[in-house]
Amino acid sequence: MKTRALLVLPAVAALALSACGGSSSDAAGTSSSAAASSSAGDLTGTLTVFAAASLTDVFTDLGDQLMTDNPDLDVQFNFAGSSALATQLTQGAPADVFASANEKQMTVVTGAGLQAGDPTIFTENVLEIAVPQGNPGKVTGLADFGNADLTLAICAADVPCGAAAKAVFADAGITARPDTEEEDVKAALTKVQLGEVDAALVYATDVQAAGSDVAGIPFPEAEKEINSYPICTLGSAPNPKAAQAFVELVNSAAGQKALADAGFRKPTS
Amino acid sequence: MAVAFLVLPLVGLVVRAPWSTIGPQLAQQEVGQALRLSLFSATLATLLSLVLGVPLAWVLARSRIRGRSVLRALVTVPLVLPPVVGGVALFLVIGRTGILGRPLYEHLGVTIPFTTTAVVIAETFVAMPFLVISVEGALRAADARFEDAAATLGADRWTTFRRVTLPLVAPGIAAGAVLCWARALGEFGATITFAGNFPGTTQTMPLAVYLALQRDPEAAIVLSLVLLAVSLGTLLLLRDRWLGRGVAA
Repeated sequence: MKTRALLVLPAVAALALSACGGSSSDAAGTSSSAAASSSAGDLTGTLTVFAAASLTDVFTDLGDQLMTDNPDLDVQFNFAGSSALATQLTQGAPADVFASANEKQMTVVTGAGLQAGDPTIFTENVLEIAVPQGNPGKVTGLADFGNADLTLAICAADVPCGAAAKAVFADAGITARPDTEEEDVKAALTKVQLGEVDAALVYATDVQAAGSDVAGIPFPEAEKEINSYPICTLGSAPNPKAAQAFVELVNSAAGQKALADAGFRKPTS
Repeated sequence: MAVAFLVLPLVGLVVRAPWSTIGPQLAQQEVGQALRLSLFSATLATLLSLVLGVPLAWVLARSRIRGRSVLRALVTVPLVLPPVVGGVALFLVIGRTGILGRPLYEHLGVTIPFTTTAVVIAETFVAMPFLVISVEGALRAADARFEDAAATLGADRWTTFRRVTLPLVAPGIAAGAVLCWARALGEFGATITFAGNFPGTTQTMPLAVYLALQRDPEAAIVLSLVLLAVSLGTLLLLRDRWLGRGVAA
């Protein structure tokens, strides 16, 4: 199911794209497109969604759902670190929707004036300690990240999970002694799955997605640095109607349930 | 066309470089640290490749052992393997839970990943094939009759290798070493996977460039230019030396 987006013939996509070109001007009305997303088969063309790596599983499922409801629609995803995506967008990458893992990277995009409407927070994620099954380093809490004898991974401060980790350590007054600063949260998680580090600081959702190789240890300090995920449609969106429908799907009861099932939290504000 | 294809991206880097802020960007401590680490580890990886790779190249070029073609194919595996996969493979062998790494860790308490040693190993793994292939080519091109003559004059194998073969293929070894060094200097995938990324111990220039790109593309351009300038400078310097010596000989 997940590979469907890749299987669509480019020629079909191109045809569909040109077909939807004419309708793009009247897509501003949100109430009409909300109705459109529920009435099957209304959306056509290609929808390109740039989303944070941590959203990979949930968004792929939501994209499949949207394609099932709209057989003429093709949803393409670009999942990567939010900062890498923000860079791609400011460098002119064509996309309809951007979902970031923190507000800072969304600001990079809105700062460049690329958004169509104001971003909205659609979900939240907290950090959790991930340890290999069996917890070989006997990690119990955040304070263990100050232990130089353990092999520890955190995200680099330039990516959202690293920024959150840095803030958590600052709040707790812990001097972290990591052995590696990973380029994104999935890379940090991989080191845990391979058993090469005693612990890594990742998102709660990553621990849940990793399955039985990895055990999660929630810690109270995480509550102070909750990552809010904003989403917005983009001003230069080739397919604004589908973009709007996707954002509404994410915010709908079904979308919120899919996020909750994956370990995400409902936004507090 | 080919030159334009190769050179235009470099021109892009130079044109887009933030020349006005280049001074403060370069003054950051991390830049010097990463550059030093890059040069140090690439050089060490090249030396290691020379020690291990030249004998291997000799075996591939001169010996008549069975399965030589299989051996040669195996040598080229790191060339076709995506470096990230190479990094994972290194984990599986000499990582903390790896085939060889686990006993090393359990009995001696030694862990290799996330150390400068891991950087050198990752770079050697990726870069050594370049050296082996160059040296093997040089050995094949060199006339084996000189070695036979030396043998008939009573030289043993080691003397022949040292006094006849090595001088014959020296330019090939030099070219291979340069190629190997350049590849090691630019190594990214295996390094970030196997050695991780930590300023001062495992963050080489390519890793610093990649992470800077997440934060500040201008800083990434500056770092790329530094790496380019240093590597080009070194290669030109070495090339002049060797060409000069070659002409003199």
